[in-house]
Amino acid sequence: MKILVPVKRVIDYNVKPRVKADGSGVDLANVKMSMNPFCEIAVEEAIRLKEAGKAEEIIAVSVGPAKAQETLRTALAMGADRAILVETEDAVEPLAVAKILKAIADEEQPGLVMLGKQAIDDDSNQTGQMLAALMGRPQGTFASEVAIEGDSVSVTREVDGGLETVKLTLPAIVTTDLRLNEPRYASLPNIMKAKKKELAVKTPADYGVDTTPRITTIHVAEPPVRKAGEIVADVDALVAKLKALGVT
Amino acid sequence: MANLVLAETAGDAIADATLATVTAAAQLGGDVHVLVAGSAAAADAAAKIVGVSKVLHAVDAAYANSLAENVAPLIAGLMDGYDAVLAPATTTGKNVLPRVAAMLDVMQLSDIIAVDGPKAFKRPIYAGNAIATVESSDPKLVITVRTTAFEKAAAEGGSARVEAVAGAGDAGISQFVKLDAVKSDRPELTSAGIIVSGGRALKDGPTFEQYITPLADKLGAAIGASRAAVDAGYVPNDYQVGQTGKIVAPELYVAVGISGAIQHLAGMKDSKVIVAINKDPDAPIFQVADIGLVADLFTAVPELTEKV
Repeated sequence: MKILVPVKRVIDYNVKPRVKADGSGVDLANVKMSMNPFCEIAVEEAIRLKEAGKAEEIIAVSVGPAKAQETLRTALAMGADRAILVETEDAVEPLAVAKILKAIADEEQPGLVMLGKQAIDDDSNQTGQMLAALMGRPQGTFASEVAIEGDSVSVTREVDGGLETVKLTLPAIVTTDLRLNEPRYASLPNIMKAKKKELAVKTPADYGVDTTPRITTIHVAEPPVRKAGEIVADVDALVAKLKALGVT
Repeated sequence: MANLVLAETAGDAIADATLATVTAAAQLGGDVHVLVAGSAAAADAAAKIVGVSKVLHAVDAAYANSLAENVAPLIAGLMDGYDAVLAPATTTGKNVLPRVAAMLDVMQLSDIIAVDGPKAFKRPIYAGNAIATVESSDPKLVITVRTTAFEKAAAEGGSARVEAVAGAGDAGISQFVKLDAVKSDRPELTSAGIIVSGGRALKDGPTFEQYITPLADKLGAAIGASRAAVDAGYVPNDYQVGQTGKIVAPELYVAVGISGAIQHLAGMKDSKVIVAINKDPDAPIFQVADIGLVADLFTAVPELTEKV
């Protein structure tokens, strides 16, 4: 079985994003970029399935700018076998990404597509579900446990009310939540080896996908600032404040 | 024109998240219809929501556990008669609606916090560190709603008619196995008036329980936690408040031993009053707190529990 792992290059999760003064977006110039944390978890899970003998090949895919090659090299250094960059300097919406991934899945015929549940830049949480719809295959979103059982996969999902388990017929799409695993760091020898692994560069047009956005961003603003309040001296003062505000 | 709301049910009742979503749907203009894939009692409850003119009740057992593979085609099949479909941005809404959007070949608008025009909305991006105003050019809208950003429609007073609808039923590619539900007599986290949340400083599960639970009991509060506390196994996953956990906006949010990472602040900074108890005076949580107490939680929390 092949596992397809889409990954996204995003602002590093430790960086506080700054809105551009002209309100056109978030300033990404000279900002540290990394692999989206949920995508890292997806790469790690795919590698663990391969190590457990459940998969033969892991293909990492990214749709994004030339620099997303770095993100794919990180996936290769962690243990993916080869990579495909679908290069475009334009912002690509989840629906168009899902269409490109569908075309790649048609070519590669993966048994499993493992991807992050959301990217921490646009916080859309859509791509996996959309890909599942386009492929007409089942989806196990927000996974905290994944077990391959013959021709199906059992996925434990983090839902609002607790943990839900579903059984999906393969091929299936799984999106990862935070507690699925802890991604490994790539070792230096593996980083060196990753440089020699295959990385194919394609374009959206190669897959016949129109990436024209459906949603226009009119304006991006800072959220209303919450002012720091007051530091109280002790518990008695805190209780008095709460009573004065009428919230207890 | 009419807009469809996918109801979130809680057994035979309608979840509060649905009421806020009805408000968002009404702001788009036109009739509001509600789709209930659950019990007849839940459909009857939905018919009483003020502002709802029709309830569609999908009776087939295939829809009972909200499997996206079954529910998405049902909704997509109904969309000829609607301009928009909305669902609360709960784990169910977030699971099902993007699948509907792809079937309709439209882009979903995720997690909207305001309706700015017929096709224009505000939504948080970058964990709420920026608010984008966006406009869709798609012929139909697929929207998930951040329910803390909208007032709840009145649950009683309406009298919509209930119509049965049928779809293709079971797509046959997925099965519900089980739900390990966390049983609790406490208020539900996303609709609680008061929340007491604990962080990594609570050390371990028993300590979390020993210090946080009595204070929550005294206040009649729901219990939340930071990602650090959940990752460390102090409490189950459904306690997590933050960018990727639950988004809450109670009247009072008490953050105990939580440093205030941006991912956590993203989930609670719209709370009306924020209280922070932390021994580190430089903790970022104090930058958003209305009332801060720099103290060791292991002495301050029992004292607060006693005096509040």
